[in-house]
Amino acid sequence: MAMEEKTETTVETEAATVVRTQDVKKVYVMGEEQIHALRGVDLEVTQGEYLSIMGPSGSGKSTLFNMVGGLDKPTEGKVYIDDVDVAQLDAYELAWLRCRKIGYIFQSYNLIPVMTALENVTLPMVFAGLTSDEARDKGVELLTQVGLGERVMHKPFELSGGQQQRVAVARAFANDPAIILADEPTGNLDLNTGREIIELLRQMNTESGVTVISATHDHKMLSVSDRVVWVRDGRVDRVIDRDELKIEVGTIDGHE
Amino acid sequence: MADQHELKTQITLPLSKAVEISFNSVKIRFGRSLITVSGIVLAIAFLMSIWAGNAIVEGLISAGDPKINLVLQQKGVEIDPDSTAARQKQSKDAWLAVLSLLVCLVGIANAMLMSVTERFREIGTMKCMGALDGFIIKLFILESTFMGIAGTIIGVIVGFVLTSLLNMSSFGAIIFDHIPLSQILGDGLWAIAIGSVLSLIGGILPAYRAAKMEPVDAMSLEV
Repeated sequence: MAMEEKTETTVETEAATVVRTQDVKKVYVMGEEQIHALRGVDLEVTQGEYLSIMGPSGSGKSTLFNMVGGLDKPTEGKVYIDDVDVAQLDAYELAWLRCRKIGYIFQSYNLIPVMTALENVTLPMVFAGLTSDEARDKGVELLTQVGLGERVMHKPFELSGGQQQRVAVARAFANDPAIILADEPTGNLDLNTGREIIELLRQMNTESGVTVISATHDHKMLSVSDRVVWVRDGRVDRVIDRDELKIEVGTIDGHE
Repeated sequence: MADQHELKTQITLPLSKAVEISFNSVKIRFGRSLITVSGIVLAIAFLMSIWAGNAIVEGLISAGDPKINLVLQQKGVEIDPDSTAARQKQSKDAWLAVLSLLVCLVGIANAMLMSVTERFREIGTMKCMGALDGFIIKLFILESTFMGIAGTIIGVIVGFVLTSLLNMSSFGAIIFDHIPLSQILGDGLWAIAIGSVLSLIGGILPAYRAAKMEPVDAMSLEV
């Protein structure tokens, strides 16, 4: 945490906090055993930031990621998304939050296989109450933006992995969310396709000012991140800002 | 955050959209749907064949034609409906029909459970996109009802046609002169109603199970 305070970038001091966790702990009970996935995490994510959460599997990275995304509730501590305590939300409000505030991107794309690219992108808009016409126009626009304007009527199995992930990116942006949560977005992609998706995310992040939070162990992510949070053993191990990153990138493999 | 009322209207999905999505998902998984539907078809066809067979024989008996009665007796049909043998046959038929319907119910419930399990990931994704429990339930119940209705209609037709052919081979074309059409039509409607209700019941539990899953659980399960 000390490192984070040392560097002062204008973006971070001025922008509002989108996500804040307060001493978040998560305990899974498996039979007799208690597994401490998170042992008290304090994290603030500011608006427009591109944040990467890194850590080996079993570090609590995924758990923290799910907390931040409102997909899981902490055993102890608080998670605030847009200054709203997630634990206080009922089913409707949670659905509303997931629908309007957060866009999800998954490692395995998770497109609905029976729907075309366009239908996949418009599904969250339908949940948000847009009419079919509005949704279709916006869906086509988003798909064009991610470079799939020619393939709106294709089904997921007719698209390559990279193209499917592009559809997923377009879908995540469907309801103009405040936060994009990307869980290992490049995990199933080859080097170049992965880089393209990362660049696409970074580009959308710069253009729309959306906050991107991504869990990853892809080192390509580092170069575009504003901030990287390392999670180890259920705690935030260290936080590194963009300026320091540039210097450190060469030595990261040594650290891991 | 907006007030509660506004929230509800915002995330309610129009029924037409749910119908469209569930219909498409039946259509696209045609092979699997076909297996589920064929279970329903067989059960309902069995039920219908028992009913239609009885109706046809009753029609022949009520014709009161001595020639037909002779044929009936040769085939071992009990003409007197009050005789012990006829009563035994009736209760046996009823028992068989109930059994076939039970098998049908279990078949649909099993097929729907499979369909839910296969699609944990899909359900989790939809919940991440902001789908409410009610929408997921709607989707799966509609799906099982579509299959149920299609299956029962086919089953009724198959059951009736097969029974007619069978009876024609034993009694000759004369059965069509005495066929109680209105009664068979009534039986057919009953069979369709029963089949649809059964598939609805078979779909409820899996749909409920699907809807109650937390998105995290749904996503993390490797199926």
